[in-house]
Amino acid sequence: MSETHEDIEVLIKKMAEDLRDHLARSGITDPVMVGIHTGGAWVAERLHRLLDLEQPLGTLDISFYRDDFTRIGLNPQVRPSHLPFDVDGRHVILVDDVLSTGRTVRAALNELFDYGRPATVTLAVLVERDGRELPVQADVTGRHMALRRNQHVKLSGPDPLELKVQDVD
Amino acid sequence: MNFPGNWNTMQLDAQGRLRHFLTVEGLPRRILTDILDTADSFVVVGEQPVKKVPLLRGKTIVNLFFETSTRTRTTFELAAKRLSADVLNINVSTSATAKGESLLDTQKNLEAMHTDMFVVRHQHSGASHFMAQHAAPHVSIINAGDGQHAHPTQAMLDMLTIRRHKGAFDSLCVAIVGDILHSRVARSQIHALNTLGVGEVRVIAPRTLLPVDIESLGTRVFTSLSQGLAGVDVVIMLRLQKERMQSALLPSEHEYFQRYGLTEEKLALARPDALVMHPGPINRGVEIASSVADGPQSVILRQVSYGIAVRMAVMSMAMGRSPGARETAAKEPE
Repeated sequence: MSETHEDIEVLIKKMAEDLRDHLARSGITDPVMVGIHTGGAWVAERLHRLLDLEQPLGTLDISFYRDDFTRIGLNPQVRPSHLPFDVDGRHVILVDDVLSTGRTVRAALNELFDYGRPATVTLAVLVERDGRELPVQADVTGRHMALRRNQHVKLSGPDPLELKVQDVD
Repeated sequence: MNFPGNWNTMQLDAQGRLRHFLTVEGLPRRILTDILDTADSFVVVGEQPVKKVPLLRGKTIVNLFFETSTRTRTTFELAAKRLSADVLNINVSTSATAKGESLLDTQKNLEAMHTDMFVVRHQHSGASHFMAQHAAPHVSIINAGDGQHAHPTQAMLDMLTIRRHKGAFDSLCVAIVGDILHSRVARSQIHALNTLGVGEVRVIAPRTLLPVDIESLGTRVFTSLSQGLAGVDVVIMLRLQKERMQSALLPSEHEYFQRYGLTEEKLALARPDALVMHPGPINRGVEIASSVADGPQSVILRQVSYGIAVRMAVMSMAMGRSPGARETAAKEPE
Protein backbone atom coordinates (compact mmCIF):
# COMPACT_ATOMS: atom_id res chain seq x y z
CA MET A 1 0.00 0.00 0.00
CA SER A 2 1.34 3.48 -0.82
CA GLU A 3 0.24 7.10 -1.13
CA THR A 4 1.41 8.94 -4.22
CA HIS A 5 3.23 12.24 -4.28
CA GLU A 6 0.04 14.03 -5.41
CA ASP A 7 -2.00 12.53 -2.54
CA ILE A 8 0.61 13.71 -0.05
CA GLU A 9 0.77 17.22 -1.44
CA VAL A 10 -3.05 17.40 -1.04
CA LEU A 11 -2.72 16.15 2.54
CA ILE A 12 -0.10 18.79 3.32
CA LYS A 13 -2.31 21.55 1.85
CA LYS A 14 -5.14 20.38 4.09
CA MET A 15 -2.71 20.38 7.07
CA ALA A 16 -1.75 23.99 6.26
CA GLU A 17 -5.40 25.04 6.30
CA ASP A 18 -6.04 23.19 9.56
CA LEU A 19 -2.93 24.76 11.07
CA ARG A 20 -4.11 28.25 10.07
CA ASP A 21 -7.48 27.58 11.77
CA HIS A 22 -5.77 26.12 14.85
CA LEU A 23 -3.45 29.11 15.22
CA ALA A 24 -6.33 31.57 14.73
CA ARG A 25 -8.48 29.77 17.34
CA SER A 26 -5.56 29.76 19.79
CA GLY A 27 -4.79 33.43 19.17
CA ILE A 28 -1.25 32.60 18.02
CA THR A 29 0.50 35.08 15.75
CA ASP A 30 4.05 34.92 14.39
CA PRO A 31 4.77 31.25 15.17
CA VAL A 32 8.05 29.50 14.35
CA MET A 33 8.24 26.08 12.73
CA VAL A 34 10.56 23.17 13.52
CA GLY A 35 10.71 19.91 11.51
CA ILE A 36 12.05 16.68 12.99
CA HIS A 37 14.71 15.00 10.84
CA THR A 38 14.24 13.51 8.34
CA GLY A 39 10.66 13.09 7.14
CA GLY A 40 9.29 15.75 9.49
CA ALA A 41 11.70 18.30 8.02
CA TRP A 42 10.46 17.51 4.48
CA VAL A 43 6.82 18.02 5.52
CA ALA A 44 7.76 21.15 7.48
CA GLU A 45 9.50 22.68 4.43
CA ARG A 46 6.21 22.51 2.51
CA LEU A 47 4.05 23.72 5.42
CA HIS A 48 6.47 26.58 6.09
CA ARG A 49 6.11 27.71 2.47
CA LEU A 50 2.32 27.34 2.42
CA LEU A 51 1.89 29.28 5.67
CA ASP A 52 4.38 31.89 4.47
CA LEU A 53 6.06 32.12 7.89
CA GLU A 54 8.49 34.98 8.46
CA GLN A 55 11.10 33.21 10.59
CA PRO A 56 13.34 30.63 8.84
CA LEU A 57 12.52 26.94 9.33
CA GLY A 58 14.26 25.11 12.17
CA THR A 59 15.20 21.44 12.24
CA LEU A 60 15.77 18.99 15.09
CA ASP A 61 17.72 15.74 15.05
CA ILE A 62 16.62 13.86 18.15
CA SER A 63 19.38 11.20 18.01
CA PHE A 64 21.07 12.50 21.16
CA TYR A 65 17.76 12.44 23.05
CA ARG A 66 16.53 8.95 22.21
CA ASP A 67 15.49 6.82 25.17
CA ASP A 68 16.69 3.62 23.46
CA PHE A 69 20.27 4.80 22.79
CA THR A 70 21.96 2.17 24.96
CA ARG A 71 19.88 -0.53 23.28
CA ILE A 72 20.35 0.38 19.65
CA GLY A 73 23.36 2.67 19.61
CA LEU A 74 23.94 6.00 18.01
CA ASN A 75 22.98 6.75 14.45
CA PRO A 76 26.27 7.76 12.78
CA GLN A 77 24.39 10.00 10.36
CA VAL A 78 23.24 12.50 12.98
CA ARG A 79 22.51 15.84 11.38
CA PRO A 80 23.04 18.76 13.71
CA SER A 81 19.89 20.46 14.94
CA HIS A 82 19.46 23.98 13.66
CA LEU A 83 17.19 26.49 15.34
CA PRO A 84 17.83 29.87 13.72
CA PHE A 85 15.65 31.79 16.20
CA ASP A 86 15.23 32.27 19.93
CA VAL A 87 12.92 29.57 21.30
CA ASP A 88 12.22 31.40 24.59
CA GLY A 89 8.61 32.60 24.73
CA ARG A 90 7.88 31.62 21.11
CA HIS A 91 4.92 29.70 19.74
CA VAL A 92 6.52 26.63 18.13
CA ILE A 93 4.90 24.41 15.51
CA LEU A 94 6.62 21.02 15.74
CA VAL A 95 6.26 18.91 12.60
CA ASP A 96 6.85 15.18 12.11
CA ASP A 97 5.96 12.72 9.38
CA VAL A 98 4.54 9.86 11.47
CA LEU A 99 3.21 9.82 15.03
CA SER A 100 3.29 6.30 16.38
CA THR A 101 4.68 5.50 19.83
CA GLY A 102 5.13 9.16 20.77
CA ARG A 103 8.76 8.66 21.79
CA THR A 104 10.18 10.80 18.98
CA VAL A 105 7.94 13.69 20.02
CA ARG A 106 8.94 13.28 23.66
CA ALA A 107 12.63 13.40 22.64
CA ALA A 108 11.99 16.43 20.40
CA LEU A 109 10.26 18.29 23.25
CA ASN A 110 13.21 17.54 25.56
CA GLU A 111 15.63 18.88 22.98
CA LEU A 112 13.50 21.94 22.26
CA PHE A 113 13.51 22.86 25.95
CA ASP A 114 17.31 22.72 25.96
CA TYR A 115 17.20 25.71 23.60
CA GLY A 116 14.70 27.67 25.72
CA ARG A 117 11.16 27.68 27.11
CA PRO A 118 8.62 28.01 24.33
CA ALA A 119 5.27 29.69 25.12
CA THR A 120 3.36 26.89 23.36
CA VAL A 121 4.13 23.88 21.20
CA THR A 122 1.66 22.79 18.51
CA LEU A 123 2.19 19.32 17.07
CA ALA A 124 1.44 18.70 13.40
CA VAL A 125 1.95 15.25 11.83
CA LEU A 126 1.38 13.96 8.34
CA VAL A 127 0.25 10.53 9.50
CA GLU A 128 -1.09 9.45 12.84
CA ARG A 129 -1.29 5.74 13.54
CA ASP A 130 -2.20 3.79 16.64
CA GLY A 131 0.42 2.23 18.93
CA ARG A 132 0.97 5.13 21.31
CA GLU A 133 3.24 4.30 24.27
CA LEU A 134 3.23 7.81 25.72
CA PRO A 135 0.39 10.33 26.24
CA VAL A 136 1.14 12.38 23.11
CA GLN A 137 -1.45 13.60 20.63
CA ALA A 138 -1.26 15.77 17.55
CA ASP A 139 -3.10 19.09 17.18
CA VAL A 140 -3.15 18.82 13.40
CA THR A 141 -3.08 15.54 11.47
CA GLY A 142 -2.86 14.86 7.73
CA ARG A 143 -4.55 11.52 8.01
CA HIS A 144 -5.07 8.64 10.39
CA MET A 145 -3.97 5.17 9.31
CA ALA A 146 -5.25 2.02 10.95
CA LEU A 147 -2.33 -0.39 10.72
CA ARG A 148 -1.60 -3.78 12.15
CA ARG A 149 1.14 -4.06 14.78
CA ASN A 150 3.50 -5.67 12.30
CA GLN A 151 3.04 -2.88 9.76
CA HIS A 152 5.40 0.04 9.39
CA VAL A 153 4.69 3.31 7.57
CA LYS A 154 7.60 5.25 6.09
CA LEU A 155 7.85 8.54 4.24
CA SER A 156 10.48 8.70 1.51
CA GLY A 157 11.57 11.93 -0.13
CA PRO A 158 12.30 14.77 -0.24
CA ASP A 159 11.10 15.04 -3.80
CA PRO A 160 8.81 13.36 -4.58
CA LEU A 161 7.33 12.46 -1.22
CA GLU A 162 5.92 8.96 -0.97
CA LEU A 163 4.30 7.08 1.90
CA LYS A 164 4.76 3.34 1.99
CA VAL A 165 3.27 0.76 4.32
CA GLN A 166 5.38 -2.35 4.75
CA ASP A 167 5.05 -5.53 6.75
CA VAL A 168 7.90 -5.95 9.22
CA ASP A 169 9.10 -9.22 10.73
CA MET B 1 54.83 -2.09 19.42
CA ASN B 2 53.26 -5.52 19.79
CA PHE B 3 50.81 -6.65 22.41
CA PRO B 4 49.27 -10.07 22.82
CA GLY B 5 45.97 -10.62 21.07
CA ASN B 6 44.40 -8.88 18.13
CA TRP B 7 43.68 -5.18 18.65
CA ASN B 8 40.46 -5.27 16.74
CA THR B 9 39.15 -8.35 18.49
CA MET B 10 39.61 -6.23 21.59
CA GLN B 11 38.32 -2.92 20.25
CA LEU B 12 35.28 -4.00 18.25
CA ASP B 13 32.32 -6.08 19.40
CA ALA B 14 30.87 -9.03 17.50
CA GLN B 15 28.83 -6.66 15.33
CA GLY B 16 31.94 -4.67 14.39
CA ARG B 17 31.10 -1.68 16.58
CA LEU B 18 33.50 0.21 18.79
CA ARG B 19 33.71 -1.30 22.26
CA HIS B 20 37.06 0.04 23.53
CA PHE B 21 39.19 2.74 21.91
CA LEU B 22 42.81 1.73 22.52
CA THR B 23 44.57 2.60 19.28
CA VAL B 24 43.80 3.86 15.78
CA GLU B 25 46.11 1.19 14.37
CA GLY B 26 44.20 -1.47 12.46
CA LEU B 27 40.76 0.09 12.91
CA PRO B 28 38.78 0.13 9.67
CA ARG B 29 38.24 3.40 7.83
CA ARG B 30 34.48 3.01 8.45
CA ILE B 31 34.98 3.35 12.22
CA LEU B 32 37.26 6.39 11.89
CA THR B 33 34.77 8.07 9.55
CA ASP B 34 31.92 7.29 11.97
CA ILE B 35 33.91 8.93 14.78
CA LEU B 36 34.46 12.05 12.65
CA ASP B 37 30.82 12.20 11.48
CA THR B 38 29.49 11.80 15.01
CA ALA B 39 31.99 14.36 16.36
CA ASP B 40 30.83 16.84 13.72
CA SER B 41 27.36 16.76 15.27
CA PHE B 42 28.75 17.14 18.78
CA VAL B 43 30.64 20.31 17.79
CA VAL B 44 27.22 21.98 17.55
CA VAL B 45 26.24 20.83 21.06
CA GLY B 46 29.14 22.90 22.46
CA GLU B 47 27.74 25.98 20.76
CA GLN B 48 24.18 25.58 22.11
CA PRO B 49 22.78 27.57 25.07
CA VAL B 50 22.48 24.28 27.00
CA LYS B 51 25.76 22.52 26.19
CA LYS B 52 24.50 19.11 27.21
CA VAL B 53 22.65 16.14 25.77
CA PRO B 54 21.16 13.31 27.85
CA LEU B 55 22.86 10.45 25.98
CA LEU B 56 24.94 9.01 28.85
CA ARG B 57 22.61 9.96 31.71
CA GLY B 58 23.04 7.46 34.54
CA LYS B 59 26.46 6.26 33.32
CA THR B 60 29.56 6.66 35.48
CA ILE B 61 32.86 7.41 33.80
CA VAL B 62 36.19 7.20 35.64
CA ASN B 63 39.12 9.34 34.57
CA LEU B 64 42.02 7.21 35.74
CA PHE B 65 45.14 9.29 35.20
CA PHE B 66 48.45 7.78 36.27
CA GLU B 67 50.26 10.55 34.43
CA THR B 68 49.34 14.20 34.93
CA SER B 69 47.67 15.94 32.04
CA THR B 70 45.30 18.70 33.03
CA ARG B 71 44.32 19.51 29.48
CA THR B 72 43.46 15.98 28.34
CA ARG B 73 41.70 15.14 31.61
CA THR B 74 39.68 18.35 31.46
CA THR B 75 38.49 17.74 27.90
CA PHE B 76 37.51 14.14 28.75
CA GLU B 77 35.71 15.38 31.86
CA LEU B 78 33.88 18.08 29.94
CA ALA B 79 32.99 15.62 27.17
CA ALA B 80 31.52 13.17 29.69
CA LYS B 81 29.60 15.94 31.46
CA ARG B 82 28.21 17.24 28.18
CA LEU B 83 26.87 13.72 27.62
CA SER B 84 25.25 13.94 31.09
CA ALA B 85 27.43 11.19 32.59
CA ASP B 86 28.72 11.28 36.16
CA VAL B 87 32.49 11.66 36.25
CA LEU B 88 34.97 10.42 38.81
CA ASN B 89 38.51 11.81 38.65
CA ILE B 90 40.98 9.46 40.32
CA ASN B 91 44.12 11.27 41.34
CA VAL B 92 46.83 8.66 41.22
CA SER B 93 49.09 10.35 43.75
CA THR B 94 46.45 9.85 46.46
CA SER B 95 45.07 6.58 45.14
CA ALA B 96 45.48 3.07 46.48
CA THR B 97 47.79 2.28 43.57
CA ALA B 98 50.38 4.55 45.14
CA LYS B 99 50.05 2.41 48.28
CA GLY B 100 50.89 -0.73 46.33
CA GLU B 101 47.56 -1.88 44.95
CA SER B 102 47.85 -3.38 41.48
CA LEU B 103 46.27 -1.82 38.41
CA LEU B 104 43.95 -4.79 38.13
CA ASP B 105 42.82 -4.50 41.76
CA THR B 106 42.12 -0.79 41.23
CA GLN B 107 40.11 -1.59 38.10
CA LYS B 108 38.09 -4.35 39.73
CA ASN B 109 37.34 -2.23 42.81
CA LEU B 110 36.11 0.63 40.66
CA GLU B 111 34.07 -1.76 38.50
CA ALA B 112 32.46 -3.07 41.70
CA MET B 113 31.19 0.50 42.23
CA HIS B 114 29.12 0.04 39.03
CA THR B 115 31.22 2.23 36.80
CA ASP B 116 30.74 1.98 33.04
CA MET B 117 33.85 3.43 31.41
CA PHE B 118 37.50 4.07 32.21
CA VAL B 119 39.49 6.82 30.54
CA VAL B 120 43.09 5.76 31.16
CA ARG B 121 46.30 7.73 30.93
CA HIS B 122 49.38 5.70 31.87
CA GLN B 123 53.13 6.05 31.51
CA HIS B 124 53.45 2.43 30.38
CA SER B 125 52.62 1.38 26.85
CA GLY B 126 49.85 -1.20 26.85
CA ALA B 127 48.19 -0.24 30.17
CA SER B 128 44.80 0.44 28.58
CA HIS B 129 45.13 -2.74 26.50
CA PHE B 130 45.72 -4.68 29.72
CA MET B 131 42.64 -3.12 31.33
CA ALA B 132 40.51 -3.87 28.27
CA GLN B 133 41.54 -7.53 28.48
CA HIS B 134 40.20 -7.67 32.01
CA ALA B 135 37.20 -5.36 31.68
CA ALA B 136 33.73 -6.56 32.69
CA PRO B 137 31.44 -7.09 29.65
CA HIS B 138 29.58 -3.80 30.08
CA VAL B 139 32.71 -1.70 30.71
CA SER B 140 34.56 0.26 28.01
CA ILE B 141 38.17 1.44 28.11
CA ILE B 142 39.34 4.58 26.35
CA ASN B 143 43.07 5.13 25.96
CA ALA B 144 43.98 8.71 26.86
CA GLY B 145 47.67 8.12 26.13
CA ASP B 146 49.85 5.14 27.05
CA GLY B 147 53.63 5.41 27.21
CA GLN B 148 55.09 5.93 23.75
CA HIS B 149 52.44 3.78 22.14
CA ALA B 150 49.22 5.58 21.26
CA HIS B 151 47.01 8.60 21.88
CA PRO B 152 44.06 7.78 19.66
CA THR B 153 41.61 10.52 20.67
CA GLN B 154 44.30 13.19 20.11
CA ALA B 155 44.90 11.77 16.62
CA MET B 156 41.17 11.79 15.86
CA LEU B 157 40.72 15.38 17.00
CA ASP B 158 43.56 16.28 14.65
CA MET B 159 41.76 14.42 11.85
CA LEU B 160 38.53 16.28 12.64
CA THR B 161 40.40 19.59 12.54
CA ILE B 162 41.93 18.73 9.17
CA ARG B 163 38.62 17.51 7.71
CA ARG B 164 36.65 20.55 8.90
CA HIS B 165 39.21 22.94 7.41
CA LYS B 166 40.33 21.05 4.33
CA GLY B 167 37.51 18.69 3.39
CA ALA B 168 38.73 15.45 1.80
CA PHE B 169 41.99 13.79 2.87
CA ASP B 170 43.10 12.20 -0.39
CA SER B 171 44.66 15.28 -2.00
CA LEU B 172 46.45 16.50 1.12
CA CYS B 173 50.12 16.49 2.07
CA VAL B 174 50.53 16.51 5.86
CA ALA B 175 53.84 17.06 7.66
CA ILE B 176 54.48 16.05 11.27
CA VAL B 177 57.43 17.90 12.77
CA GLY B 178 59.41 17.19 15.93
CA ASP B 179 60.10 14.34 18.30
CA ILE B 180 58.60 11.49 16.28
CA LEU B 181 60.65 8.89 18.17
CA HIS B 182 59.02 9.42 21.56
CA SER B 183 55.63 10.66 20.40
CA ARG B 184 52.55 8.48 20.86
CA VAL B 185 50.60 11.31 19.23
CA ALA B 186 52.67 11.11 16.02
CA ARG B 187 52.31 7.34 15.87
CA SER B 188 48.52 7.57 16.14
CA GLN B 189 48.37 10.47 13.68
CA ILE B 190 50.33 8.52 11.06
CA HIS B 191 48.00 5.49 11.38
CA ALA B 192 44.90 7.69 11.21
CA LEU B 193 46.12 9.68 8.20
CA ASN B 194 47.02 6.53 6.28
CA THR B 195 43.72 4.79 7.11
CA LEU B 196 41.77 7.86 6.00
CA GLY B 197 43.66 7.80 2.70
CA VAL B 198 45.68 11.03 2.91
CA GLY B 199 47.80 11.85 -0.15
CA GLU B 200 51.19 12.01 1.58
CA VAL B 201 52.46 11.90 5.16
CA ARG B 202 55.84 13.48 5.86
CA VAL B 203 57.82 13.34 9.06
CA ILE B 204 60.40 16.04 9.71
CA ALA B 205 62.88 15.65 12.56
CA PRO B 206 66.56 15.41 13.47
CA ARG B 207 67.91 11.88 13.00
CA THR B 208 68.15 11.40 16.77
CA LEU B 209 64.38 11.86 17.10
CA LEU B 210 63.33 9.53 14.27
CA PRO B 211 62.48 5.83 14.76
CA VAL B 212 64.57 3.60 12.51
CA ASP B 213 61.56 1.96 10.86
CA ILE B 214 59.51 5.11 10.31
CA GLU B 215 59.28 4.69 6.51
CA SER B 216 57.56 1.33 7.04
CA LEU B 217 54.59 3.22 8.51
CA GLY B 218 54.04 4.86 5.13
CA THR B 219 55.81 8.17 5.61
CA ARG B 220 58.34 10.23 3.70
CA VAL B 221 61.24 11.30 5.89
CA PHE B 222 62.94 14.70 5.93
CA THR B 223 65.67 15.92 8.22
CA SER B 224 65.50 19.46 6.85
CA LEU B 225 62.47 21.54 7.85
CA SER B 226 62.77 23.79 4.79
CA GLN B 227 62.76 20.86 2.38
CA GLY B 228 60.04 19.00 4.24
CA LEU B 229 57.64 21.93 4.38
CA ALA B 230 57.69 22.63 0.65
CA GLY B 231 54.13 22.47 -0.66
CA VAL B 232 52.46 20.91 2.41
CA ASP B 233 48.78 21.55 3.25
CA VAL B 234 48.98 20.84 6.98
CA VAL B 235 51.88 21.25 9.44
CA ILE B 236 51.50 19.40 12.72
CA MET B 237 54.10 20.51 15.24
CA LEU B 238 54.85 18.16 18.14
CA ARG B 239 55.67 19.21 21.68
CA LEU B 240 59.33 18.88 22.57
CA GLN B 241 59.92 17.30 25.97
CA LYS B 242 62.58 19.06 28.01
CA GLU B 243 64.09 15.76 29.09
CA ARG B 244 65.17 15.10 25.48
CA MET B 245 67.55 18.02 25.85
CA GLN B 246 68.87 16.64 29.11
CA SER B 247 69.36 13.18 27.62
CA ALA B 248 71.57 14.80 24.94
CA LEU B 249 69.40 13.83 22.00
CA LEU B 250 69.45 17.49 21.04
CA PRO B 251 72.16 20.15 21.41
CA SER B 252 70.06 23.00 22.87
CA GLU B 253 66.62 24.58 22.73
CA HIS B 254 68.05 27.51 20.86
CA GLU B 255 69.68 25.36 18.21
CA TYR B 256 66.56 23.20 17.89
CA PHE B 257 64.46 26.30 17.26
CA GLN B 258 66.97 27.50 14.68
CA ARG B 259 66.72 24.26 12.73
CA TYR B 260 63.24 22.89 13.46
CA GLY B 261 61.23 25.73 14.99
CA LEU B 262 58.30 26.89 12.89
CA THR B 263 58.74 30.57 12.07
CA GLU B 264 56.81 32.75 9.63
CA GLU B 265 59.66 32.47 7.13
CA LYS B 266 59.66 28.66 7.29
CA LEU B 267 55.87 28.48 7.13
CA ALA B 268 55.97 30.54 3.92
CA LEU B 269 57.53 27.47 2.23
CA ALA B 270 54.32 25.51 2.75
CA ARG B 271 51.16 26.18 0.74
CA PRO B 272 49.74 29.65 1.40
CA ASP B 273 46.61 28.18 3.01
CA ALA B 274 48.49 25.58 5.06
CA LEU B 275 47.07 24.85 8.51
CA VAL B 276 49.31 25.01 11.58
CA MET B 277 48.46 22.54 14.32
CA HIS B 278 49.94 21.61 17.71
CA PRO B 279 48.63 19.21 20.37
CA GLY B 280 49.63 21.67 23.15
CA PRO B 281 50.81 22.85 25.51
CA ILE B 282 53.05 24.96 23.28
CA ASN B 283 56.71 25.66 24.02
CA ARG B 284 56.82 29.12 22.46
CA GLY B 285 60.19 29.84 20.93
CA VAL B 286 61.24 26.19 21.09
CA GLU B 287 59.11 24.31 18.57
CA ILE B 288 57.00 27.21 17.31
CA ALA B 289 57.27 31.00 17.17
CA SER B 290 54.55 32.98 18.94
CA SER B 291 53.72 34.86 15.74
CA VAL B 292 52.91 31.51 14.05
CA ALA B 293 51.11 29.96 17.05
CA ASP B 294 48.85 33.02 17.25
CA GLY B 295 48.85 33.71 13.50
CA PRO B 296 46.05 33.45 10.94
CA GLN B 297 47.00 29.93 9.81
CA SER B 298 46.98 28.50 13.33
CA VAL B 299 44.02 26.31 14.33
CA ILE B 300 45.54 25.29 17.66
CA LEU B 301 42.63 26.57 19.78
CA ARG B 302 40.09 25.02 17.41
CA GLN B 303 41.81 21.68 18.06
CA VAL B 304 40.97 22.07 21.74
CA SER B 305 37.24 22.61 20.98
CA TYR B 306 37.18 19.72 18.52
CA GLY B 307 38.89 17.55 21.15
CA ILE B 308 35.76 17.70 23.32
CA ALA B 309 33.52 16.77 20.38
CA VAL B 310 35.73 13.82 19.38
CA ARG B 311 35.81 12.51 22.94
CA MET B 312 32.02 12.81 23.15
CA ALA B 313 31.77 10.82 19.91
CA VAL B 314 34.09 8.05 21.08
CA MET B 315 32.40 7.77 24.48
CA SER B 316 28.90 7.63 23.03
CA MET B 317 29.86 5.13 20.33
CA ALA B 318 31.48 2.83 22.89
CA MET B 319 28.53 3.09 25.31
CA GLY B 320 25.74 2.83 22.77
CA ARG B 321 26.12 -0.68 21.64
CA SER B 322 24.20 -3.88 22.10
CA PRO B 323 23.43 -6.77 19.80
CA GLY B 324 21.16 -5.90 16.97
CA ALA B 325 19.83 -2.84 15.62
CA ARG B 326 22.20 -0.09 14.79
CA GLU B 327 20.83 -0.30 11.24
CA THR B 328 17.36 0.52 12.54
CA ALA B 329 18.56 3.45 14.59
CA ALA B 330 17.78 6.06 11.95
CA LYS B 331 14.60 6.88 13.84
CA GLU B 332 12.19 5.16 16.16
CA PRO B 333 10.25 2.30 14.60
CA GLU B 334 7.03 3.97 13.56
